[in-house]
Amino acid sequence: MSDTLQSTGPDDVQLMSPLHAPIKRRSFFLYAGATTLMLAGCSKDNDNPPATNTTVDVGSGDTGVLNYAYALEQLEAAFYAQVLRSAYFTSLDPASAERQILADIALHEQIHADFFKSVLAGNAIRQLTPDFSGIDFSQRLSMGGKLGVLDAARAFEDLGVQAYNGAGRFITDPRNLVLAGKIVSVEARHASLIRDLIRPNSFMGDISAGFTPDTLGEDVIDRSVTSRTARQEKSKLPAQVLAIANTFLAADSKVSANSLVS
Amino acid sequence: MDLFKIFSEIEKIDGEVYERFDTRRRVFKHLTGLGKTITAATMPALLSTMFNKAYGQTSGLSPEIKNTLNLALQLEYLEFHFYDTALNTPDLIPASDRPAVTIIRDDELGHINAIKGLLSTDAIPDPTRLAFDYTAGGRLAPFSSSAEFYGTAQGFVDTGMRAYKGGATKLMPNKDILTAALNIHSVEARHSAHVRLMRRVLAGSTNGGDIAGGPGNANPKSWISLTERDGPRPSVTAPVYGPGNTTDFPGEDNVQQGGKNVQTTATYPTIPGVTLTDAMKAAAASEAFDEPLDDGTVKSIARNFRSPLGERLGLFA
Repeated sequence: MSDTLQSTGPDDVQLMSPLHAPIKRRSFFLYAGATTLMLAGCSKDNDNPPATNTTVDVGSGDTGVLNYAYALEQLEAAFYAQVLRSAYFTSLDPASAERQILADIALHEQIHADFFKSVLAGNAIRQLTPDFSGIDFSQRLSMGGKLGVLDAARAFEDLGVQAYNGAGRFITDPRNLVLAGKIVSVEARHASLIRDLIRPNSFMGDISAGFTPDTLGEDVIDRSVTSRTARQEKSKLPAQVLAIANTFLAADSKVSANSLVS
Repeated sequence: MDLFKIFSEIEKIDGEVYERFDTRRRVFKHLTGLGKTITAATMPALLSTMFNKAYGQTSGLSPEIKNTLNLALQLEYLEFHFYDTALNTPDLIPASDRPAVTIIRDDELGHINAIKGLLSTDAIPDPTRLAFDYTAGGRLAPFSSSAEFYGTAQGFVDTGMRAYKGGATKLMPNKDILTAALNIHSVEARHSAHVRLMRRVLAGSTNGGDIAGGPGNANPKSWISLTERDGPRPSVTAPVYGPGNTTDFPGEDNVQQGGKNVQTTATYPTIPGVTLTDAMKAAAASEAFDEPLDDGTVKSIARNFRSPLGERLGLFA
């Protein structure tokens, strides 16, 4: 593993990508390909393996899917834990709906993360280090080029739903599919309410003015009523999800899912 | 409508028309069960089915996938006509909520169209509004007030979600259909959270909902908390939040997941100003996971909402 490959790796490019920028298909392959090279260059029994810390691959099969979910839940749990400590949260009236809602979600996400760590046991990926430098935890909504607490929450929750829905096809054990199904709908409940907190009636997208394209982010559903995917959530494959999730992870905690490809 | 004249006209361009219907004699079984209930209102739907069966393409899907999708389709019909009726009932829905209810109604229509596309001629046809009795035999009055409407809506959407969760494993042989079902399932979850928010607003709530929805479930959280005191209208909605027919389908208050007790394995974050009690932990652990429901229990809940016509059509049978 050369330092050159590491420093010019696609991770740095992804870090600079705006949150809502669509990820081009070509970029996935560049990303996936480079990551494979990086992994190939590392051996497990290397005495001094700095490169093994730069990317965490979730693995293959159902374990890979569960680790993929664990990575996302770690990210969400860390985010809400920081929200609970934030100036924005503590400035809210203790009896306010928003304060109670954020506290509830923080509990749910930590419960999810701990659950995956527990069921994965020895197969679990390591603790990831988040990088929330793009989020201003003192602000409710985005401003000054940084995401506000609710906008960041919206991004994480929508992404979580898209991730679970897109990962279902990689699961082989029905019990794991059921577990993913139990969690994804809770993420969707979070996404719906966070959206409504940001803008009333935006739970499915920007519907206040005749369901125009979503101004809070990418459209979360296919707005057609007659298409093959009419009014269905727009799920994402692991590579698409991780390209976004990695922008919130530190340089030594970038996650890949090289075996979870269609 | 002169049926024989129609067949005669078809025969002029398709000499095998009678044979098509003859070799697909099963299409007529829909008629035999109906007896004298065929009316002007139901005739078009019946004819549509017959001709689709005679001329259309079958889906080629396994019986298990077809059954699972058709149960989902019937639940979508139930929901679509429910919201559509409400939108056409004057002074029922607060003006501020009409855009949301319209979107939810249209989402159900989109799901109907998408599922029908997957099932092709194996799709159960729209049984029409007449097939449903939204009072559940006089126990509910969903079109009498906003509160009653939203309460019933919550029961429907939460039932639908549990049904998709319970049916998902049966779709695993077909990854594209599985993904479609998952992508519908999360839309239903978004609906549920919003319906619960509308209920809180209607109740004048200033908080984010109470554990188990508070007394009478009038103030629900946007997530399912324990068994929600048996839901908005317990005489009808208790099974929506209760256990299914086997131990694979515990009630919504379940905290055992994948062999782990998630209430006790969790490392709870510190919430400034809040001391977490065991009751709060149990609620959070139940809220963090929604539960699936078996198709038998789903059907038994849905059968509450069949009209006599729906029963004769065999809905949720």
